Amino acid sequence: MAGSPLLEMRGIDKWFGGVHAVSDVSFDVRAGEVHALVGENGAGKSTLVRVLSGAVSADAGEIVLGGKTLRLRSPRDAERAGIAMIHQELSLCPNMTVAENTALGSEPTGPLRLLSYKRMNDHAAQLLDQLNLPLDVNRPVETFNIATQQMIEVAKVLARDAKLIVMDEPTSALTEDETDRLFRIIRDLRERGVGLVYITHRMEEIYELADRVTVMRDARWIGTANAADLPPSQLIEWMVGRRIETLFPKRDVTLGEEVLAVRNATLTAPDGTGRLLVDHVSLGVRAGEILGLGGLRGSGNSELLGTVFGQFGSAGSAEITLRGRRVEIRSPAQALANGIALLTNDRKTTGLVLSMSVLHNMTLASLGRMGPPGLISPGREVTEAGPLRDRLAVKAASLDIEVSSLSGGNQQKVALAKWLMTEPDVLLLDEPTRGVDVGAKAEIYQLMNDLAASGKAIMLITSELPELVEMSDRILVFHRGAVTAELRGDDMTQEKVMAAAMSEVAHHA
Amino acid sequence: MPDNEAVAPPEEPPPELPLSSARRVLVFLGQNRGITALLAVMLAGVLFTPQPKATAPFAVAMIQKVTGTGEPGGEGPPLFLTGNLHSSVLYEYAEYGILATGMTLVILTGGIDLSVGSVLGMAAMLFCWLHIAKGYPAGAALLGGVGIGAICGYANGWLVSRLGLQPFVATLAMMVAARGVAKVISGGAKISPGAFGWYHIQGGDPAFMAWMTYPTFGGFLRPVTVLFVVTIATVALVVKYTRFGRHLYAIGGNEEAARLSGVPVGASKTLAYVLCGALSGLAGVCNASRMMLGDPEAGSTYELDAIAAVVIGGTSLAGGRGSMVFTVLGTLIIGYINKILSINAVAEAYRLLAKGLIIVIAVVIQGRQKAK
Repeated sequence: MAGSPLLEMRGIDKWFGGVHAVSDVSFDVRAGEVHALVGENGAGKSTLVRVLSGAVSADAGEIVLGGKTLRLRSPRDAERAGIAMIHQELSLCPNMTVAENTALGSEPTGPLRLLSYKRMNDHAAQLLDQLNLPLDVNRPVETFNIATQQMIEVAKVLARDAKLIVMDEPTSALTEDETDRLFRIIRDLRERGVGLVYITHRMEEIYELADRVTVMRDARWIGTANAADLPPSQLIEWMVGRRIETLFPKRDVTLGEEVLAVRNATLTAPDGTGRLLVDHVSLGVRAGEILGLGGLRGSGNSELLGTVFGQFGSAGSAEITLRGRRVEIRSPAQALANGIALLTNDRKTTGLVLSMSVLHNMTLASLGRMGPPGLISPGREVTEAGPLRDRLAVKAASLDIEVSSLSGGNQQKVALAKWLMTEPDVLLLDEPTRGVDVGAKAEIYQLMNDLAASGKAIMLITSELPELVEMSDRILVFHRGAVTAELRGDDMTQEKVMAAAMSEVAHHA
Repeated sequence: MPDNEAVAPPEEPPPELPLSSARRVLVFLGQNRGITALLAVMLAGVLFTPQPKATAPFAVAMIQKVTGTGEPGGEGPPLFLTGNLHSSVLYEYAEYGILATGMTLVILTGGIDLSVGSVLGMAAMLFCWLHIAKGYPAGAALLGGVGIGAICGYANGWLVSRLGLQPFVATLAMMVAARGVAKVISGGAKISPGAFGWYHIQGGDPAFMAWMTYPTFGGFLRPVTVLFVVTIATVALVVKYTRFGRHLYAIGGNEEAARLSGVPVGASKTLAYVLCGALSGLAGVCNASRMMLGDPEAGSTYELDAIAAVVIGGTSLAGGRGSMVFTVLGTLIIGYINKILSINAVAEAYRLLAKGLIIVIAVVIQGRQKAK
């Protein structure tokens, strides 16, 4: 399976201003292997692959692909050399068709150099065929779900005859099922002798997929090993530089009264079909409780949180009772006024205002008490935000720098800080640890436990099953907009959650 | 795509080297390119304006004097170092400055207001019609001008935040419609004292309009200029120290995240357009006072200068980034460059060309700054 080195990166070094982003790192990929590149956020792996893709140029070091030393001045150079990147953020043009996307930049032309749609469509169909994806190549990309879009991205890369493919957390937006499909494609690519660099934060993916693993930490190379020879404890130690004994801290639960009760929550799909994304769901959360909401993407768990929070306006409805008092929530502003906070599952598009400072993001939802009515006292903001920054251990050079310059984990902490500043009674957490490194994850878990212990009611959604199972006191599993199982105590296992989440799928299959 | 890892701040900032005061000034100027650009323009002003009673630019005159190759003829400091020039720039560009102030509010939300020039014209017409033709007191007429501007702004805001029209389209419609209304008010004629027999004010300049444009303060500042300074200072404080101001940045930076943080997105946007419209109305009154008449064509293409001032200052057209200080700088840069060019009798055609170049240069420099 593993062959000669396809790619060699030797002594790569890169500085950004005063930050040493990559320090003398060497890395190689063989043809026909999946090489996992792992490390905490900020470890330098993204910079390393950006050097490889020509997006940034290294200060020192050389890149050899198939025996030829490459001089990469732009992503186009890398593409010509046969290096392809698949980003977390997809690089498709959503309004264009599948065929137009896969052909982008190398459109087949006919007489008079006019576009040949026939050849374009045929080629696209043929590519999708290789991936066992029978899609209508004339449909705009935006009409497909994220998972399919990702496959289209793979097809686009195949169209360019890539020898080496870099995938940066490709499964972060995929369901289990879709992940399996992607893995089949990755294995298929490996069979064909393509070299793959696979960046991930998910332990199980490393062991399921990777032939070799390289760990980076603090911009440096820490180690490379065959995945089969590297026990998970060793891998984590390499990543964090210390042993994490208990990733999920234990706690004693004392449940209080029911804080939030939701009856008959419904959400109508915006596509005009009248389909219910949330189908008459009722549930309750008690003070001190962490209620896990399991289910695959699109199962309605995330949509339920949004409905409770008033995110969808009149499309959603629910009878909401807070500490025994009926409240009307039609907008996020009303939800906030009633002590409900929602940490959304995508900090970049719905969580943070990236162009604003750390401080201004932290106070955005609490401006009402930052001064006399209508006014803001900057001094007050700093005194309110300072302690919260310390409590969450947000690593930022100053409160005044733009939040976009922080690492993913610290951005997430800022988003969390924004909601904690509103002093909510009910915290709705949708993927609170997505894209967050192991160390920050443990800190967020501890914080969740502390918040629950202080009497807050928490609802938690996470696509990482161990996290859901370990953190929750009780789990409701969603499927097709409804709750299909309630799990407690010893019944809360990853297998049972998965089974409930897929039950109907299994019936249909 | 921003690379989080690459730009993650170091745990400890690198030790700062001791800087000489000269270097510190350079560092400050490097970080504040707006101020640097304004200072450069001012230096150019000193070098390229002639001395009184002369025609050759100061720099040329000095060279001639030193080398003895010509007879400069002038004496004393160049025009740029006399108070009058600054007084007149601050006066003539006050209208642009007031427009740019309102425009900044709208641009911060990620919108744009193309109607400010037309609204200015309409407000100038209404003000003159009320005051000159109908004989209403100047204060009431001024309120009328500002009020109709605010109404136009409200309409813009309603189209944008309630009907969901793109700001460009909504305000383009208003730009055309308001110009129409400006012409309807007087049937297309200019309104000046005594233009028609039935006008209330027949001869001489209306007292209020004359006062607005007379250097009342220290023989140097005119009320119009003071109005500009007060307006921009007030709005600068509003932007920095009110919830409304903060909301503008949040909406321009990420509207959905702002909404989910409880920001009243629609109301804030609408208020931004209302203020922009009201300020356009105010600029209209200033314009009428400066011209001593109401011109239905007043303010044509002013929207472009207002946008240019905002952009040259460095406020991002994408929204969410910028400040009123930037807008002051942008307005002054445009004003001074125009003045220097016109003193040197550069033809209008070339002045426009120069302005175009300046916009491009300013934006390129800002882009570089951000990319760092």
